[in-house]
Amino acid sequence: SPLFHKFLKEALNKVPKDKCVTVRDALNQAMDEELERDERVFLLGEEVAQYDGAYKVSRGLWKKYGDKRIIDTPISEMGFAGIAVGAAMAGLRPICEFMTFNFSMQAIDQVINSAAKTCYMSAGLQAVPIVFRGPNGASAGVAAQHSQCFAAWYAHCPGLKVVSPWNSEDAKGLLKSSIRDDNPVVFLENELLYGVPFEMSEEAQSKDFTIPIGKAKVERAGSHITLVSHSRYVGHCLDAAAVLAKEGIECEVINLRTIRPMDVESIEASVMKTNHLVTVEGGWPQFGVGAEICARIMEGSAFNYLDSPVTRVTGVDIPMPYAKILEDHSLPQIKDIIFSVKKTLNV
Amino acid sequence: MCFSQTPEKKRWQQRWFCRYCRQRRRRAAPEGQRLTEGRICAVQGLCWASLGKMLTNISNVLRACAQRNGAAAVVSARTYADFTNEATFEIKKCDTFKLDEGPATQVVMTRDEGLQYYRTMQTMRRMELKADQLYKQKIIRGFCHLYDGQEACAVGIEAAINLSDHLITAYRAHGYTYTRGGTVKKIMAELTGRRGGIAKGKGGSMHMYCKHFYGGNGIVGAQVPLGAGVALACKYQGNSELCVCLYGDGAANQGQIFETYNMAALWKLPVIFICENNGYGMGTSVERAAASTDYFKRGEFIPGVRVDGMDVLCVREASRFAADYCRSGKGPILMELQTYRYHGHSMSDPGVSYRTREEIQEVRSKSDPISMLKDRMLSNNMASVEELKEIDVEVRKEIEDAAQFATTDPEPPLEDLCNHIFHNNPPLEVRGTNPWSKLKSVS
Repeated sequence: SPLFHKFLKEALNKVPKDKCVTVRDALNQAMDEELERDERVFLLGEEVAQYDGAYKVSRGLWKKYGDKRIIDTPISEMGFAGIAVGAAMAGLRPICEFMTFNFSMQAIDQVINSAAKTCYMSAGLQAVPIVFRGPNGASAGVAAQHSQCFAAWYAHCPGLKVVSPWNSEDAKGLLKSSIRDDNPVVFLENELLYGVPFEMSEEAQSKDFTIPIGKAKVERAGSHITLVSHSRYVGHCLDAAAVLAKEGIECEVINLRTIRPMDVESIEASVMKTNHLVTVEGGWPQFGVGAEICARIMEGSAFNYLDSPVTRVTGVDIPMPYAKILEDHSLPQIKDIIFSVKKTLNV
Repeated sequence: MCFSQTPEKKRWQQRWFCRYCRQRRRRAAPEGQRLTEGRICAVQGLCWASLGKMLTNISNVLRACAQRNGAAAVVSARTYADFTNEATFEIKKCDTFKLDEGPATQVVMTRDEGLQYYRTMQTMRRMELKADQLYKQKIIRGFCHLYDGQEACAVGIEAAINLSDHLITAYRAHGYTYTRGGTVKKIMAELTGRRGGIAKGKGGSMHMYCKHFYGGNGIVGAQVPLGAGVALACKYQGNSELCVCLYGDGAANQGQIFETYNMAALWKLPVIFICENNGYGMGTSVERAAASTDYFKRGEFIPGVRVDGMDVLCVREASRFAADYCRSGKGPILMELQTYRYHGHSMSDPGVSYRTREEIQEVRSKSDPISMLKDRMLSNNMASVEELKEIDVEVRKEIEDAAQFATTDPEPPLEDLCNHIFHNNPPLEVRGTNPWSKLKSVS
């Protein structure tokens, strides 16, 4: 009957239209929406235009926006990063893509000395609204010069915001926030996550969906131990938590989302609940993200709630090897996380 | 005397130009009314201020004459209407590279322009010398790179562009901060690190900013891609502004500059690259640092001009030529200004271990930009010695006042320590030197 059909239609409309979107498409959507929203936003980098992006993240944008707003650069990182910073100083809002963050080392002077420090040195007179983005950390089989994680290097410097998304929602919401931020943001993506589909809520699919920079997210609630991670290893932590749950250990998994400024309050609140902490990252251990979390926990109110020292799970302290077996063993695996959790809990 | 002839206006509303200071003056107001604009001595066509000056000068000259026992000096009180309003000058021809024609060699300078250039250069010179003094008194600390000797470059460039154009330079930036709109007071207070400084004491000598002036950059050569980026923004926004991007002979060997040449030429960015070649990168002379010292040719596919950087008119003419080139959409152009710095690289360098005192003296006596301009104006009857001396006195006073401010203004408050890390950001907490020290940062 027509009344029943009408009821069914309404009921179906109320069902949330969650969609599976890859991280790559989420980033693409974010850039597309921001390019549309603000005339001053533009993208420059190697192969971002006619090649559709070295990793196809900027696919379709050049066709839609043209040469003026999607600019292919020659292989001159220091030069084009400087040009992007200069354009930001003069009122535009560039997105500067590094093909990988390993190449950003060539341009790191422009990122730190020209972008990060300028607002302070000018006592607020000169803002630099720029986003540096690109894949960071290990990929698959690309060996030592193409696998470094730069989270700790950039997060060391005041004047920068450093963001490291994990899933599609993170990617889209944080990239939009980064582009709208009036300050230099280093946006660390992960190449291995580009093709991974994640569910995106209807809210996340909207054009104004942003995630605030500087807030972590509790991905999974738990009571026995806190796992803190960023980027790809959040997924590893969730997988480890699923395995551990079968053994009766409930892990609370925190997705940092932002490395600088770090949301230490969320970590402390969780530690006060669970009394144990394990940090997981892909970067090297010395002077890394985990080291910083340890120091902050020690200095703060959560220290007294710890029942055991904080454990860091990190990449092995070596340049990345090539052979698959060696590469697999130079990064944290799920079994390493499970082992560390059990050691920390002394079970 | 010329009146603005408007018979229907009441007599006391008529305006006229004083012959000496060329300021507009009003006639005496009717009885019972106060004058609003200057007082006049209509008889000689001079305003009272100028009449006073004229009488002072006459008396000075007569006094000087009396001292010299009536020697045959040029004593006659010249009427000030006798100044030449403008003159044509022959300037050095510029070497060009990949250009069919270069900047003009016959240029016109008006009296007003000359006086303005003189005043600006003299202000810059005295400001730098005062900074030298304050540094030696340890009131200025850290780095202090002085610009004296190179004044013609900053003044000539600014004379050829608009304030709506953009400019970026390296660390020898005090002169450019001034020509771009910074006041001497704020510049000196920044050097002494006080709260009244142009960057509130946060930046210092190398990090001064004002509208359309992007510093003041400490990393050698890093400002060049930044300048091209500013030019990209100009082109993107479709205004017909350009960016003047300066660097030194030392920086000219930086790789990022060549990367920038490539992109600027490829994308036809409206940027004027200017190499201020003062002969020495710190202590290394150009012959010891560069395989090719033809810096104006280093752009390879970018046309270049080599200019006498000690002559303000040469610099102005070449800058005008370059600005026209840029604004016509042809892309970047390169200028090499051959100039000289009297001081060492910075205040910690006496400047004589890698060059001779004789060399410095020779440049000072033969090619000083201020002297050159002064001689030009005097020999073409565009100004009088007294007039220029008066400007010197005024400039000295301005510098003294600024120095007084710079030494007495208080330092920034400690509350300001963590401010301005970010722009347009909610307040955040910043870790101090120890875990209990939680400082606040506002934008």
